[in-house]
Amino acid sequence: MTTKPAAPAPREITTKPRLSDRIFRGTVTGVGMLSLAILTLIGLFLALRGFQTFKTEGFHFITGVKWESVTSDSGKVTNNFGVGAMLIGTVLIAAVALVVGVPLSVLTALFLTFYAPERIKKFMVSVVDLMAAFPSILYGLWGFFILMPMVQYWAGLLYEYLRWIPIFNAPQPFFERSPFVAGMVLAIMIIPIVTSVSREIFAQTPLDRIQAAYALGATKWGMIKAVVFPFGSSGVVGGAMLGLGRAFGETVAVFTVLNIVFKVNFHILYGFGGNVASMIILKWGEAVGDETKALLAAGFILFVLTLLVNMLANFIVKRTLKSGK
Amino acid sequence: MNSFDSSNGEEMSIDSAAQTNSLASVASAHTAARQPGNAPMGSGLEARGIHAWFGKHHALENVSLDFASGTVTALIGPSGCGKSTFIRTLNRMHEFIPSAAMAGEVLLDGKDIYSKGTDVTKIRLQIGMVFQKPNPFPSMTIGENVLSGLKLAQLKMSNKEDLMQECLERAGLWNEVKDRLGAHAGGLSGGQQQRLCIARALAVKPKVLLMDEPCSALDPGSTLRIEDTIGQLAQTMTIIIVTHNMQQAARVSDYTAFFLSEGGPGNMIEVGPTNEMFSRPRDQRTENYVSGRFG
Ligand SMILES: Nc1ncnc2c1ncn2[C@@H]1O[C@H](COP(=O)(O)OP(=O)(O)OP(=O)(O)O)[C@@H](O)[C@H]1O
Ligand SMILES: [Mg+2]
Repeated sequence: MTTKPAAPAPREITTKPRLSDRIFRGTVTGVGMLSLAILTLIGLFLALRGFQTFKTEGFHFITGVKWESVTSDSGKVTNNFGVGAMLIGTVLIAAVALVVGVPLSVLTALFLTFYAPERIKKFMVSVVDLMAAFPSILYGLWGFFILMPMVQYWAGLLYEYLRWIPIFNAPQPFFERSPFVAGMVLAIMIIPIVTSVSREIFAQTPLDRIQAAYALGATKWGMIKAVVFPFGSSGVVGGAMLGLGRAFGETVAVFTVLNIVFKVNFHILYGFGGNVASMIILKWGEAVGDETKALLAAGFILFVLTLLVNMLANFIVKRTLKSGK
Repeated sequence: MNSFDSSNGEEMSIDSAAQTNSLASVASAHTAARQPGNAPMGSGLEARGIHAWFGKHHALENVSLDFASGTVTALIGPSGCGKSTFIRTLNRMHEFIPSAAMAGEVLLDGKDIYSKGTDVTKIRLQIGMVFQKPNPFPSMTIGENVLSGLKLAQLKMSNKEDLMQECLERAGLWNEVKDRLGAHAGGLSGGQQQRLCIARALAVKPKVLLMDEPCSALDPGSTLRIEDTIGQLAQTMTIIIVTHNMQQAARVSDYTAFFLSEGGPGNMIEVGPTNEMFSRPRDQRTENYVSGRFG
């Protein structure tokens, strides 16, 4: 009688990579880890430097709306640091940028992918890519001198007809250098990235689905609604989130256009506001001691905000991916 | 009729004499079963002097074919001879390929579908198409897929449920999906997806249905079911089907047209009643092809 032989343990499968392969793998891994390390180090640096501020100000640092450091006659320093007003400004300005910029970008991407003749398409793609490389100060100056007068007019219309919606209301019809103007400049600035991400995903729409729609008597627009949008929505969300990242972090352009005042302003049309990034640049020059730390803490908040947005974007993209294809 | 069994896939038997005979008998059995004279519906389609180009490449030369209403016509021929190109000129899908051009006329009920001022979307509503690869809309449910053509063409639908059921029944899919009309179409098997695509094409009530190798990706069971469907559909519409499967051509079609490209652009060599094409073709090249001597 023989007993049934025991099942063998699974073999360990190995391969001896060539030297060149190992060197390449090492390089790639190293560089890949490097960017992760830099990101972590930045976060850690900001958190450590800002730690003291978080400790003294507590939760008030986020909810507080004042930013002042008063030295009394006796030499005693009273600090009151809070980024609340600036956080609200950041979100409002970025929201304006997205609401205006993303539809413009999606339409541009649709035009480039499905309507533009080949030559115009090539030309426009390079123009849009060039837009991405423009320094922000140029957008800021252009926004200040060219865009603002126009936007002021639009703001007037919004104020006139949509005042009953609180955010379009204003204490006085004073629309210069408002969060709305800043948001418009940012909207222009995020167009290149959102457009090119959308364009790339639209161009990947499976041809057989496009043909299926046409063969059923769809118009081009009908085909786009039935096939391109369901397929490309996750890509558009991803592109929008990249744009949002830029809108959150944008400093110079906002600094140029916006009338930065440390007060909460929910009225996007009304002429003052701020965002965290431009606040840091505004205060950095003259900041000493505790205020420096507080500014680094504000930087940490911005860092976390950006991470959160990216995680949210990832989540949304994954969910639409699941239901979409 | 042992030829029914060996019908899967695209391969052809080399045993030429037996092959031709069995094809001919299948074809004449089909002809007998079709009872010509049963007043056919649908609309006639007439292709006149069709040429097609891809850039400078002349892919199709002077093809004229008449598709009487209520008939099934099979297009056969070796790969690359222009069958797909031809069928795509019939519902103006050819023009989607950049640099593609065509000449000739396609008459639907006597009217040229390429004439100036024609609304091409209306043409495609009347001349439906089923593709080689099943292509349901994966973001829509099974039910939405069936009705998608109506939505795309912005047609009114009075009774969605009835229409959905009718189309799925005619496509031979109703029993398999009636309990999960709300599920996503991506979850169906390939054969089910293809029948869903047929149902989708039927929902807009086309007068003509073009099918480009609709069974080439399917198992024999699904294939037979779709052939069954074709037989039933032919009572109300004109069907043109491209196939590499001689057995299939013999089983489903009333007429067969043989395409061939001999180095240059593709030509239509011969057309005739299917049983004649398989039993006594007039052209030697047709004979060679249907008997499996080349292709
Ligand atoms: N999109 C295209 N661009 C350029 N040439 C094409 C294109 N589609 C087809 N052709 C050419 O046109 C000719 C006919 O092709 P077609 O697809 O109509 O053949 P077919 O008979 O359907 O072949 P198969 O049986 O393999 O499907 C071929 O020479 C092919 O190379
Ligand atoms: Mg083909």
